[in-house]
Amino acid sequence: MSSLYDEVAPNPGADTPVRRVTIEVNGEKRTVDVEPRLLLVHLLRQGLALTGTHSGCDTSNCGACTVLFDGSPLKSCTMFAVQADGHKVETVEGMGTASGLHPVQEGFKEEHGLQCGFCTPGMMLASKALLERNPNPTEDEVRWALSGNLCRCTGYQNIVKSVLWAAEKMRNDQPQEA
Amino acid sequence: MYPPKFAYEAPKSIGEAIALLEAGGGEAKILAGGQSLIPMVKLRFASPEMLVDINGIPGLDYMTIDPDGTLRIGALVRHEDLEQSTTLAATHPTLAAAASLVADPIIRTRGTFVGSLCHADPQGDWSATMIALGGRIVVQGPKGKREIDLRNFVVGPFTNALAYNEIAIEAVIPPAKGTPRGSYLKLERRVGDFATASVAVALDMNGATVGRAGCALAGVGGRTIDANDAISVLVGKTLTPENIEAAADAVAAAADPRTDHRGSSDYKRHIVKTFVTRILTNIAHSEQKAA
Amino acid sequence: MSLDEIKIGGMGASRRRVEDNRFIRGKGKYVDDVVLPGMLHMEILRSTVAHARIKSIDTSAAWEVPGVRLVLTGEMMAARNLAWMPTLSYDTQAVLATDKVRFQGQEVAAVIADDPYVAKDACAKIVVEYEQLPAIVNPTQAQDPSMPIIRDDKENQPTNKIFEWEIGDKERTDQAFADADVVSTIDLHYPRSHPSPMENCGSIADYDRATGKLTVYMTSQAPHIVRAAVAMVAEIPEHQIRIISPDLGGGFGNKVPIYPGYVISILASILTERPVKWIEDNTGNLISTGFGRDVYLQGQVAMRKDGKILGMRMHTISDHGAFYADAQPTKFKIGLMHSTFACYDIPAAHLTSVGYYTNKAPGGVAYRCSFRVTEAMFFQERMIHAAANDLGMDQAEFRRINLVKDDMFPYRTAFGFLTDSGQYDKCMQVGMEAIGYDTFKQEQEEARKRGKLLGLGISTMTEPLGAGNSREYDIIGIKMFDSAELRIHMTGKAILRTGAKTQGQGHETTWAQIVAHELGIPADDIVVEEGDTDTAPFGMGTYASRSTPVAGAAVAMVARKIRAKARKIAAHLLEVSEEDIEWELGRFYVRGNQERGVTIQDCALAAYSNIPDGMEPGLENNAYYDPPNLTWPFAAYFCKVEVDAETGVWDVLKFVAVDDCGVRINPMIVEGQVMGGLTEAYAMANMQYITFDEEGNCIGSNYMDYLLPTAWETPGFELHEVVTPCPHHPIGAKGIGECATVAGPAAFVNAVMNAIEHTGVRNVDMPLMPNRVFEALQTGKDVSGMPPVKVG
Repeated sequence: MSSLYDEVAPNPGADTPVRRVTIEVNGEKRTVDVEPRLLLVHLLRQGLALTGTHSGCDTSNCGACTVLFDGSPLKSCTMFAVQADGHKVETVEGMGTASGLHPVQEGFKEEHGLQCGFCTPGMMLASKALLERNPNPTEDEVRWALSGNLCRCTGYQNIVKSVLWAAEKMRNDQPQEA
Repeated sequence: MYPPKFAYEAPKSIGEAIALLEAGGGEAKILAGGQSLIPMVKLRFASPEMLVDINGIPGLDYMTIDPDGTLRIGALVRHEDLEQSTTLAATHPTLAAAASLVADPIIRTRGTFVGSLCHADPQGDWSATMIALGGRIVVQGPKGKREIDLRNFVVGPFTNALAYNEIAIEAVIPPAKGTPRGSYLKLERRVGDFATASVAVALDMNGATVGRAGCALAGVGGRTIDANDAISVLVGKTLTPENIEAAADAVAAAADPRTDHRGSSDYKRHIVKTFVTRILTNIAHSEQKAA
Repeated sequence: MSLDEIKIGGMGASRRRVEDNRFIRGKGKYVDDVVLPGMLHMEILRSTVAHARIKSIDTSAAWEVPGVRLVLTGEMMAARNLAWMPTLSYDTQAVLATDKVRFQGQEVAAVIADDPYVAKDACAKIVVEYEQLPAIVNPTQAQDPSMPIIRDDKENQPTNKIFEWEIGDKERTDQAFADADVVSTIDLHYPRSHPSPMENCGSIADYDRATGKLTVYMTSQAPHIVRAAVAMVAEIPEHQIRIISPDLGGGFGNKVPIYPGYVISILASILTERPVKWIEDNTGNLISTGFGRDVYLQGQVAMRKDGKILGMRMHTISDHGAFYADAQPTKFKIGLMHSTFACYDIPAAHLTSVGYYTNKAPGGVAYRCSFRVTEAMFFQERMIHAAANDLGMDQAEFRRINLVKDDMFPYRTAFGFLTDSGQYDKCMQVGMEAIGYDTFKQEQEEARKRGKLLGLGISTMTEPLGAGNSREYDIIGIKMFDSAELRIHMTGKAILRTGAKTQGQGHETTWAQIVAHELGIPADDIVVEEGDTDTAPFGMGTYASRSTPVAGAAVAMVARKIRAKARKIAAHLLEVSEEDIEWELGRFYVRGNQERGVTIQDCALAAYSNIPDGMEPGLENNAYYDPPNLTWPFAAYFCKVEVDAETGVWDVLKFVAVDDCGVRINPMIVEGQVMGGLTEAYAMANMQYITFDEEGNCIGSNYMDYLLPTAWETPGFELHEVVTPCPHHPIGAKGIGECATVAGPAAFVNAVMNAIEHTGVRNVDMPLMPNRVFEALQTGKDVSGMPPVKVG
């Protein structure tokens, strides 16, 4: 693959070293040259055109930029792209499959867990990580797990319902053990 | 927010990292979890010439207990590792209580215990627990390792005792001399808020009698407040309401809060007293139940 | 056989949202997601100080940074007559500062570069020399003759006072107070807050010199107003301006004003002949863009001993920042503050208001409310709470005595508004039962014996939505009506466009439901588009809960025009006269023979293939809707809290919200709006405010200091509904977007006060942070969030 450097920028000038990194993004290995200061969120958005990951607050509070980093939720504004070399990153674009949505995505639609949609990708990825660790969370456990992601529209109540909806669906979809 | 330029290195060993710090001559900084450092770099409050990323150094993510009960926490142990430990609540209740109150759940997946200690934020949670527990930090430089008592490690707001060419590689918590009891209470206005005031208490109980008593405070001074001396009034005593009140008063007197938009200095001091009382009263109740 | 309206996604269906399909896949298109070929990036250098004369700006080092294309200063803007721009309140605002900076965060210079990182690097190299002046951070200082005049750029501005304004009947009110048995007095401050949508503001300006066309992607809740303003300011003909407001990551009023960043990006694109993207950072958003509130009140209620209110007085003192940039109808200087007490039957009322300039960010936007209505209703409900206490009367009983009764509508308020419908007492009953009102006092007493402090607070209000009717409501002269355009395609599918602009409210879903209701075309067959001024019909945009009352009405009206034409086509197809045609949902039939009919889809096909002689082909139309009156939803909220006496921390035990917003188009979305609004109300009551130190430094310039609640703190809400259709709205709807933010704060505050007022305290200003509540408990005295303000 050709270097995506020009799309990614920053325009470094001749004296700025770049590093070649390979990151597995949504199951696909991507090799790009990055300046060390480039934030992961900017690589994803500008370099790889995965604009579902949003940049909100700059101070690691809002969680709009949440992705899964080796399966764990991470605020992608608080990691340099160069640090992701050799790691796996999952963004909202990788949540569903060609044939369908992830149950968390379905849950957010079904229970009206979003309004403006800006916090939604981060909320859904944090929810997915929770359900992988805890398939049957209580309402309080959901609220606790999502307390690193801010939403201004919904008041969270429907987000909690969305996650519980997804949890139930995922449990029902599990093949029953004999 | 766009960080300024810096050079980036990702050494594969501690030795390599130390060499990079040495070469950096004071302008290089260690990057571990980065959850405090990266926002500061983004806001351009900090602009190190070089970041030495230690996340790729193998063998630093351990949390082990020596046969004598000494707890060792490696430099790459994340907050979340402590939060999710199933044994910590029994062995180190003070740490367990603080684990879920550090920042927010997403930050906790990445930020490190040792990194927080190095950050030396006066409002930091872990420094308070470590001082209460009499913890130490192992640092390594070109001349080898040394151990620093946490009380001497945090030297001021956002300032630690590391030399420019040293790395903090391990936190050490000495074994309890008795049954470990304790907790951490924090007044925060919402998840992820900095502490208005917080209190870490760690007691080693011999039956109903206090063996060792440790206490430290966050958010109520220019740096983490060491209240170990203050709470030592409890040593050799039982947790009667009178003794608890005396200890709480002593600890509150050790606080050095400033009036700001989070509250007056009197209020913060009052919160310290209230939290010390609550923690000690809870311990007294659970001791009674156990007896 | 009539269609099942719920099945086709018509009125009343909790239809799942159409827009979610892209948002849950990360395929929304927000401004920052738009990439244009050759696009440059702009960063703004902001003032570090609140008030200072600019001695010099040295940009030479910034120009030297590789990748920098342009560095703009106020001087360069002034050379093009763009250093100042008009505000939405007939004032002026600096685009880039020339003479002075007037608040911390004001725009001082801009760098345009190949890359945002480079632009930021170059910004850091600009050297600005300031000569600092004393900062004025509240209205008391603004009145101090020894303090500087902030707006020394203006002629005829010898003081820092912006306006004095009054409404109501002073004499009659004075008489009411003279006749009163009891007068209740309370002083309050509604602190400055920031709407803080998750997405910050931004724009991409793309000027094409070859065609003369300017296209601007912009975070705007009102793109058509922007187009008009840009035409006036930038002197580009209006037909050559295209404003595109793509998906918005929330707005809440913050994206109504026109910000300097937009204007600078436009000039930068004209100068560089390249698209220029400006994406504000969060600090820029919090310290420089439209805030809400910041009003002080001195309020009085005059009562008879039996609980009847005879009159009320309010004096408000408002802090508008350095430029009077309130987004509000022209006629009213302090928005619709005089809608206060509209739900109560009060014979006499008088309001006086005075506004001041300070060295703080401008704005005064309607933060999730209808032009200062949030302040009006908060003040009202805190005054009512204090008045009931002063009278020694039960809070619910006092309200029920004074609320407008069902048989009094239409009701003319003392300030002249006409409320038209409601079942206020029924809402009270529903809420009282749900919260367990009758047993609460006993519960509270018993709890107090165990050392626990419980409190119950009520907030009731009706608010004016849907500004406006064009006789009374305009913004910078543009009348406040709205529009819709509907095209039915040959196969019976449709596209609907309106002049509103959704930002999370779900217009793409609900507008289609109105059309489905009116025409019987399944909602899934209707696509809704908004936000592109080249395609959408003119409209005033979405804020002040006006979309459903105004644009939503236009949607119904345009569908009815379509149905009228389709009826003629049906008559032609059925070979009967139009008078013999009957309508049922989705279908025309011959009177007396229901079997013989044609569907709306049949008519659509005929409109393009089998048009009656003499009829204009096609099936499309538009409608401009000028509402005859405002709409008046009602809310009755009940909140139960427990206060920790040792720390001042309080928790919500239960919250009951009863809303009557008239007919509900989509109940699921209505409930979502209420819960979101209640959360912002909770935020303001508990933690969310912006304050300043003595030097004018903003405390609250990022989310570490400006606290927004998370899922953990936010309480759960129990929602109830009462439906009283609006008599003049085509579908009986009243609007709901902001009721909860407006009525909510007083419910929380009244609850906490109820828990602690046995100590003698009458008021704690928002936010009710633990330290303030604790202080009130300890001292029994009021806790004011800000220094007391001089009466002026």
